[in-house]
Amino acid sequence: MNNPLRKIGGNLLIYVLLALLAVLSVLPFYITMINATHSDVAIVRSLNLLPGDNLRRNYEHIKRSMNIWRGFANSLSVTIPSVMLSLYFGSLTAYGFSKYSFRLSRKLFFLVLMTLMVPMQLGLVGYYLMHSRLGFLDSYIPLIIPWIAHPPTVFFMKMYIDSAIPNELIEAGRVDGSGEFWTFNFLILPLLTPAIATLAIFNFVGSWNNYIMPLTILFSKTKFTLPLQIAMLRGVYSDNYGAIYLGVAMSIIPIILIYAVISRKIIGGLVIGAVKG
Amino acid sequence: MKRISYARYGVYFILPYFIIFVVFQLFPILYTFFLTFFSWDGFNERVFVGLGNYRRLIGDKVFRIAIVNTFRIWGFAAIPQIGLALLLGSLFTYRKMKGAQFFQAVFYLPNLITATSIAILFALLLDWKGGAVNQLLLRAGILSEPTNWLRSAFWTSFFVSFIQWWQWFGYTTLLIMAGMKAIPDELYESARIDGAGSTTMFFKITLPLLKNTMTYVVITAIIGGMQIFDVPNVLTGGLGDPNRSILTMVMHLYNMSFRYSRYGYGATVAYGLFMLILVFSIVAFRNLQRRDS
Repeated sequence: MNNPLRKIGGNLLIYVLLALLAVLSVLPFYITMINATHSDVAIVRSLNLLPGDNLRRNYEHIKRSMNIWRGFANSLSVTIPSVMLSLYFGSLTAYGFSKYSFRLSRKLFFLVLMTLMVPMQLGLVGYYLMHSRLGFLDSYIPLIIPWIAHPPTVFFMKMYIDSAIPNELIEAGRVDGSGEFWTFNFLILPLLTPAIATLAIFNFVGSWNNYIMPLTILFSKTKFTLPLQIAMLRGVYSDNYGAIYLGVAMSIIPIILIYAVISRKIIGGLVIGAVKG
Repeated sequence: MKRISYARYGVYFILPYFIIFVVFQLFPILYTFFLTFFSWDGFNERVFVGLGNYRRLIGDKVFRIAIVNTFRIWGFAAIPQIGLALLLGSLFTYRKMKGAQFFQAVFYLPNLITATSIAILFALLLDWKGGAVNQLLLRAGILSEPTNWLRSAFWTSFFVSFIQWWQWFGYTTLLIMAGMKAIPDELYESARIDGAGSTTMFFKITLPLLKNTMTYVVITAIIGGMQIFDVPNVLTGGLGDPNRSILTMVMHLYNMSFRYSRYGYGATVAYGLFMLILVFSIVAFRNLQRRDS
């Protein structure tokens, strides 16, 4: 059983498997970026593994009929307020549940947990019709406001507050005569930074990648978020592979760059969330 | 000194959340339920139809196709995904592989990328004329002429499952590893003293103690997988062709509600989907929790 050769052989096999899976995980993105720099002819003729010289032409082609930067700006103007609202109100709600005991508090927290399980599509028809009546269709309001009530944020944040914020701290604030709301904003909130940073990443990704909700709510092309724009790419440039590849590349490069810098933090946050859940 | 009660501040603090919850989540869900009893196109008068929409749902052949498609796509993605995640999780946790963190980071990457971008990207890779998949297979001599993958019902469904698997196996590996790390080492030590091999230990110690993690992984995979929409919708422009082979339940819900403006029936499809998810989750939960307890 403990034959060293066998062990080396086994490890080698495992590394081959891991390397294959690693290639599989990045190859589609690599081909996208490479083909974004090639002409149609070069893409159809053969498989390209090295950059070409058609990047500028592809970019000019794409610029003529689609403003990808506008899509970026639109996505940011939906995502940034969504993330900020989810973090602030999620923390406030979690703090209320964690540090105050009031009637029904346990039942209400249980309700928050239950809503984690409800698929968002369940109320989609009603959500659309409600906003049609209120006149909010084709605006960002229906995409941003619901983030105030984001169950995963409350759940994760309550775990963090339970373990990281001692009651004595709040008592000390009371002795100093500061109000409860002031204590939360200026004493507690800064202490939640580690959890806020982790949640910010996940909520950002969640809002940035959202497709079905903006697809339902938005009609004007000038208001389209990036995923909606990208989904249209194939229809707009059905005959220009290079331009489509470039559009896709532009949408994924920022995420890959950010991930390259903070992948440890993202994975760490994911694992902590999973253990506590 | 008089003792002050602070309880009411807790109520103030959770109030904004619950106001938004009631208006933006609970109300739409109840309103959708109310609409399941009506026929409505959004312009003309609502017509009360009683249980008509539910009767129609039960006889809806397209919905039945969508259920079968969703389950098939889910099964061919989720089972290999969880199986591979168990294998990778064990390797990273118990073999102390060098470069484990690098591999984990790389495997998780596809999960962060926007699904619509991934759908367009795979449409290009699978393209008949200029797609990299055909080019690779032709060069390797596996194919003798290019295949039009996205014209074949079988291959389109296969690749949607593949994309789901590819996007989620890294994430599942991380969750399973977190569960494995929580199992105390002493259990393995004493088993090793009793002469247990690694396979025995995996089935007698790891799997039973991973019960809660596995329950979480399977239930979230069910809830997420039954709602699959982005990739098949973008890949096929919403129709799920060829031959409706990748028309999923949420695509049917979306088409009925927003393509054809049949809000009452679309609402009923939403509740049908919800009931299926609920039943499937409860069955899975019971089976997973019963085992070895």
